[in-house]
Amino acid sequence: MGWFKRLKDGIQTATRNKKEAPEGLWYKCESCKEASTMKEMKENFYKCPHCNYHTRINSFDYFSLLFDGPYEELFIDLVSKDHLHFTDLKAYPDRLNEAYRKTQLSDAIAVAHGKINRRPLIVAAMDFKFIGGSMGSVVGERIARAIDFARQNRTPLLIISKSGGARMMESAFSLMQMAKTSAKLSQLAKAGVPYFSMLTDPTTGGVTASFAMLGDINFAEPKALIGFAGPRVIKETIKRDLPEDFQTSEFLLEHGFLDFIVDRKDLKETVSDMVSYFDPQKMDKSKMLEE
Amino acid sequence: MVFLDFEQPLESLYEQLEKIQQVGQEGDVDVSVMVRELENKIKNKRKEIYSNLTGWQKVQLSRHPERPYTLFYIKQMCRKFTELHGDRYFKDDKAIVGGLASLDGQTIVIIGHQKGINTKMRQYRNFGMANPEGYRKALRLMKLAERFGFPVVTLIDTPGAFPGMEAEERGQAEAIARNLLEMAQLRVPIVCAVIGEGASGGAIGIGLGDRVYMLENTWYSVISPESCSSILWRSWDFKEQAAEALKLTADHMFEFGLIDGIIKEPLGGAHTAPEEMAKILKKQIKKAIAEIQELTIDEMIETRINKYASMGVYDVVEPLKEEESDKKVKA
Repeated sequence: MGWFKRLKDGIQTATRNKKEAPEGLWYKCESCKEASTMKEMKENFYKCPHCNYHTRINSFDYFSLLFDGPYEELFIDLVSKDHLHFTDLKAYPDRLNEAYRKTQLSDAIAVAHGKINRRPLIVAAMDFKFIGGSMGSVVGERIARAIDFARQNRTPLLIISKSGGARMMESAFSLMQMAKTSAKLSQLAKAGVPYFSMLTDPTTGGVTASFAMLGDINFAEPKALIGFAGPRVIKETIKRDLPEDFQTSEFLLEHGFLDFIVDRKDLKETVSDMVSYFDPQKMDKSKMLEE
Repeated sequence: MVFLDFEQPLESLYEQLEKIQQVGQEGDVDVSVMVRELENKIKNKRKEIYSNLTGWQKVQLSRHPERPYTLFYIKQMCRKFTELHGDRYFKDDKAIVGGLASLDGQTIVIIGHQKGINTKMRQYRNFGMANPEGYRKALRLMKLAERFGFPVVTLIDTPGAFPGMEAEERGQAEAIARNLLEMAQLRVPIVCAVIGEGASGGAIGIGLGDRVYMLENTWYSVISPESCSSILWRSWDFKEQAAEALKLTADHMFEFGLIDGIIKEPLGGAHTAPEEMAKILKKQIKKAIAEIQELTIDEMIETRINKYASMGVYDVVEPLKEEESDKKVKA
């Protein structure tokens, strides 16, 4: 027996198997490790054709999946500001610039207004690639404005959450976005305009503990990580291993916190059905229960 | 007495004082002059230390083992108090207490995180870390208050909502989110005060109100300095820097407009004169309730929601030309 035998799995993988597929052409599934072409992936709603693993996609992918045709992006003039002069290993403005450059996004959420099967819908979708999809003031303000837009135009609102939680670099400002978004949602609920919350992989922390859990309908993509505390923190606290399916969409459905789970290929029809059930344009407000 | 690391100069002065007093008691040397001198010295030293506390030192003070907790304040402030238990769904959380109380004749519902005063009690209270049933109990009591028009007072003192497996199963996130939504619309005045630690979602879960105050030596942040250090610095050793960076003190929070006021503590911190602290807190709570009650209920709720809606800092920029063509309308 050699002195340097590797005991851990994976380390002995031959280099040719480890090689990352070049981006843009091939996709190697994170779940089943099978390769498929990007074309196949795109046709399959960015799910692995082999194991149906739902890859993380960005806000604009969701907009194209949901809207019939053109849509209008709203509130892009709001950008993050380093009010606290926050510096850890990196200064916050540098983090922001890096995120702008890497993602070409304006922050961790994008809001768009368009039509879904000819009915109007406003969608706010988060982007995990932008500083972990973290919620700072801009995310909070864009959501607040999306809610106002929905309320004023009596248009249903869909928020697609994908976030590690509140943005530490804005400290208590981020924390207050939990109160802000929830308070604004209470106004939407009072006005009788439906709010659908879709939770995708991952949704944790302050985002789960505010708007993401407050939908009139809460639903999720399959096998998404959803929770308040992250699995690592919980493991450290209770000093035990966590069950396999802990904090997955399926786990939350089982424990009564989701209405249903939707496969991405059925997403448009499902949301469209929701919109048609509630259709706030047609709804007779006098017949609705007063809050 | 328990001395924190930055209070070391005080500790040695107190030791000297004790020795001199002992000498005075044993012999017939008159030590009164020296005692007076030392007491003055202690007073000045304390002032010097306490006028220049860093963020981390305030975090330490907020966790001082002798610091008064919720039940102490309730007993000091309210002539009558009946604790009410349970969320009516699952169980009674010991990390959040609440009940009906009489605040100088006015019935209120008062709720707060509760920490334990000794090792056994700290475990019993789960170190002030509530489970979902704690937040649901709080909401049940707030709804009770709403039905009968009683003002709600909440006292915040938690290192965070409990990150346990069962807490997740029972929907920790949902419980906190629900409280935020319901508190925004609650049709009675809500006055909140951070009396110790104000850590993240666990704190704000009972902390949305018409008036939110912080005692002078407390902190309120999106994350504890320790966890922030471990995530952003990838080590537990940068908690002092994290505490500074997070700008989590009452002064900063007030300057940012995220709280409505700072409640002064007696010199040396709330634990040096707890009864006096309770009096100051009570006065502020009563004043706040009276102010809020001048509004109609609808005005009160609108003002409350607008206050939170205005929280946030961002820049408004002209969108770039190429970005515009790229993003604004996409087919």
